[in-house]
Amino acid sequence: MAADALTMRGRRARPRVRLMPHLTGWGFVGPATLVIVGLSIFPAVWALILSLRDDNLLAPGSFVGLQNYRDLLDDPDLRAATLHTLLYSVLYVPGSLIIGLPIALALNRPIRFRAFYRTCLFVPYVVSAAATGILANFILDPQFGIVNDLLAGAGIARQGFLQDPSQALLTLVMVSLWGSVGLPIVVYLAALQDIPRELLEAARVDGAGAFRVFRAVTLPQLRPATVFLVIWQTIDALQLFDLVYTTTKGQPLDSTTVIVFYLYQQAFQLFHAGYGAAVAYALFVVTLVVSGGALWYARRGEAPS
Amino acid sequence: MKRQWPYHLVLMPLSLLFAAPLVWMLITSFMPDAEINAFPPHLWPSHIDFGGYLKVLTEDSYPRWFGNTLLVTAVAVVAHLVLCSLAGYGFARLRFRGRGVAFVAIMATVMVPTQVLMIPTFLVFKSLGLIDTLAAAFLPWLATAFGVFLMRQFFLSLPRELEEAARIDGCNRLGVFFRVVLPLARPALATLAVFTFLGAWNDLIWPLIAINSEETYTLQVGLTTFAGARHTQWSALMAGNVLATFPLIAAFLVAQRHFIATMSFSGLKG
Repeated sequence: MAADALTMRGRRARPRVRLMPHLTGWGFVGPATLVIVGLSIFPAVWALILSLRDDNLLAPGSFVGLQNYRDLLDDPDLRAATLHTLLYSVLYVPGSLIIGLPIALALNRPIRFRAFYRTCLFVPYVVSAAATGILANFILDPQFGIVNDLLAGAGIARQGFLQDPSQALLTLVMVSLWGSVGLPIVVYLAALQDIPRELLEAARVDGAGAFRVFRAVTLPQLRPATVFLVIWQTIDALQLFDLVYTTTKGQPLDSTTVIVFYLYQQAFQLFHAGYGAAVAYALFVVTLVVSGGALWYARRGEAPS
Repeated sequence: MKRQWPYHLVLMPLSLLFAAPLVWMLITSFMPDAEINAFPPHLWPSHIDFGGYLKVLTEDSYPRWFGNTLLVTAVAVVAHLVLCSLAGYGFARLRFRGRGVAFVAIMATVMVPTQVLMIPTFLVFKSLGLIDTLAAAFLPWLATAFGVFLMRQFFLSLPRELEEAARIDGCNRLGVFFRVVLPLARPALATLAVFTFLGAWNDLIWPLIAINSEETYTLQVGLTTFAGARHTQWSALMAGNVLATFPLIAAFLVAQRHFIATMSFSGLKG
């Protein structure tokens, strides 16, 4: 540093004037750029290389080309995990929007207790996956859980919930919705408040009923929010891991192994680093294709206007 | 509004249904296990019982995990506030070579999902000797693309005139940043702090991968690992849950307005 300063002074003001803005600029953005790019682009490239090798997590292996990718195409366990992930996503993504939108519409009205309702519905969003998982295991416990006690009190048979292979995945969807429906509510609420009042009033003056106004004005205005939420929630669903890890760990009878959980098992319990990286990349590509497809579809629909 | 009751008819039960699990968690954390496991279960403890809290605070390394998480979260929040606001300002206001490339590179990282990074990051941490240290838990949280983007958008929305006036008065860039810009950025900084607090406090996957020894666990890893060992000791588990969750709920209630504003902001523009 001192040497730099000296040469700078020696060379007089001109080169310094040209260099300084760049140094200042990098001084501001350099540290954050280093951390963010260093901890993602670099590992992402490494993961790509790993996916072409048969490395063990603890010891390097050799280059195997596309063998890992060929293997994952006929891995029955991965196929099962993919199926579970898809089933979960198909229930979770539309579910969160179908629950979120009406609640947002109701909360957009000037009614009493609005802040109370909003707080209650949003608070589960800040609860961690670990706490949510432990709480779900407790409340839904087939023997001791309060939900089964309440069901029994109402004369309904006790359920297995997370411990019943035929119910576990559906129960996970419910728990996820509890924990995350706050996001669609808040996003829709913000979008609703951005709709110009004149638009709604004009429609009403033209004689449109409440339902007609909703279909012809409100819903199209909410389109950007919906596109965002579909993409966001889909990515969220495809990458489901935390809640599975803290509740079922893929059980019972492997009925809740989802892709990222399977990948975690492969890489960190069986130490198949290369194969795990290949699974990760395959999922990455699927995620990109799905979100790109959703964006393309949304743009195409917008084109005429 | 004349007819409010149809809304209340839907929203009231739904809100209570959403709040009920957390209320039940709080109640059972003060209930003796015998009453929790009784049938029919008690809905209210016969007396306030601190057994669960006592067990958690004395038998497990819980206080240690709490301290670990506190440290990780504090480092994450401070680093985020410093690094992201500096970078956000740099990208919003300064002109320099490589600015576009650096910004695009940062934004591109948003697309790379965690699961792609897990394995190589573990290997990097291992070769740097960071496995089983708290640094492994906070390193990914020093700065995020979201934080840089948030601060950049905020600085872009500020009028330039104030800064220019200070520049003309002879203040250098860093002086302008600290004396003029940063005090104006308080709402954005508050939002960023809450988000980072939430993310770092609740993070599970990084510490799970990088930390194996019990005394270095973060709260989330400790809770999860010990939930298995303490199966059916519900009051202790719920006490642990309450201690891990209520700082967040408190932070959320205090910062609710900022928080929700940013959620929707990042939602629509992100």
